[in-house]
Amino acid sequence: MHTVLRSASKEVVIGEDQPFCIIGERINPTGRKLFQEQLRSDDLSRIERDVADQVAGGAMVLDVNMGVPLADEAELMRKAVRLIQSLTDLPLVIDSSIIEVLEAGLATYEGKALVNSVTAEDERMDAILPLVKRHGAAIICLPNDEEEIPEQPERRLELVRKILDVANGKYQIPLEDIVIDPLAMPIGADTVLVRRTLDTISLIRSEFGLNMTLGASNVSFGMPNRSAIGAAFLPMAMVAGLTSAIVDARSPEIVRAAKAADLLLDRDPWGASWISRHRAEQVGVAQAAAAQAAAEAEPGAGTAVGGPAASLGAS
Amino acid sequence: MNEEELLAQLYDLTLVGNAPAVLELTNVGLEMGLSPEALLFNALIPSLEEVGARFERGDFFVPEMLIAGRAMAGAMDRLRPLLIETGVESIGTFVMGTVKGDVHDIGKNLCNIMLEGAGFQVVDLGVQVAPEKFVAAVEEHQPDIVGFSAFLTTTMPMFKANINALEKAGLRDKVMVMVGGAPVTQEYADAVGADGYAADASTAVNRAKELVKKHRLVGQA
Repeated sequence: MHTVLRSASKEVVIGEDQPFCIIGERINPTGRKLFQEQLRSDDLSRIERDVADQVAGGAMVLDVNMGVPLADEAELMRKAVRLIQSLTDLPLVIDSSIIEVLEAGLATYEGKALVNSVTAEDERMDAILPLVKRHGAAIICLPNDEEEIPEQPERRLELVRKILDVANGKYQIPLEDIVIDPLAMPIGADTVLVRRTLDTISLIRSEFGLNMTLGASNVSFGMPNRSAIGAAFLPMAMVAGLTSAIVDARSPEIVRAAKAADLLLDRDPWGASWISRHRAEQVGVAQAAAAQAAAEAEPGAGTAVGGPAASLGAS
Repeated sequence: MNEEELLAQLYDLTLVGNAPAVLELTNVGLEMGLSPEALLFNALIPSLEEVGARFERGDFFVPEMLIAGRAMAGAMDRLRPLLIETGVESIGTFVMGTVKGDVHDIGKNLCNIMLEGAGFQVVDLGVQVAPEKFVAAVEEHQPDIVGFSAFLTTTMPMFKANINALEKAGLRDKVMVMVGGAPVTQEYADAVGADGYAADASTAVNRAKELVKKHRLVGQA
């Protein structure tokens, strides 16, 4: 099963025989007070750095969420999509719980986007799925409804079946464009919760063979050393059948864990990506060292007070 | 073990969330003749307050808050009937629920545990709570505070809907409103006309205590 996402010039394929698809979560104002204030005053400059950091970290797709309370979210989404597409050729995930915002994002986006997300609620499916179909986008589906976020994997599976009946049956969205979110819950709330997620992933793989993604950062919420938890979780979830995750792509620990798992699960023939990544890192380290050495070799070049020698003396 | 030692031990065991030992020590304390109030106000509540303070400092984590809260809750089940008998008032009543359209409850449940730990009587209405259900619960329980939780930017507008429903029922000036949830901010809380907001469970308890004081002062005036 291949889910193909596209920007104007780049294609990313999600699938079990593909490298794990790392979706960067960072362009999201939830819990970022300063970013919220900036967005509310129409200042999108912070996004430029978020894009650069995530691209450098190894993101393959970027999630875009403009969920700022008391702001014109649809207009922010339009502006953000335009800005991000001018900065990077990575495909985007249009992320909102508001239908008009999804519509604004899809209408602005050039390429084939992934929409985040629809639940198993009838009303939401009937509003969002036709939109996804009309734009030829792919869609992330969450197996929860107006009653509950089910804890039992079997109940989640039932809700996946319900969504498939509507998305694929009624609205003719191809199965390869349906990505299931098996629901990642915080391990800190109850230590059985991640096992339930892993069981759900296995069930969905064996039952439907669909692509899956989830918000991996949820898993480590409220715990110390979050990156280490994320880095341990991803390979486990990949073995169970997870093919993508929305993560903090700026974390080398998390990205490396996914890349190492690609190698170990035979999705990186001859370890070519693993090795070339290592070389790129070495080059980066060597360049940084060379720049440092050059700076030290010419103390005070053009700057009498602020040069490295001066700052060394001050410390 | 004298009374002072018992209270110190009860404090320590609650802090580490040893529920069976906390319950046992509560029973021992009662047998020794310690009053339920002494156990509550000189050991259990200060201990949970310390848990909250450590969480705020980043020294304690979510599971530690949960197990301490559960240890406290076990002792409270034992003490509650005795406290009611002796006529000790809870420090306040808190009606809590996740708003209509929203099924997220982990943060709300954490708040409930911490509020109970702090001595509040908490009435949890669960998830998907419609405005009329909040109104009915406020009428029935006459709480000091009603709390609305929302996890989504789409369900946050229910805060305003709930407040409107309270106004329409003539209850708005009888109860303090607190709001919270991942996307919620102080600004948003102010904009919808809530009385209080907190970013996490521990801060919520402190805020709730302040509001109860304010509420009771207003009530006396």
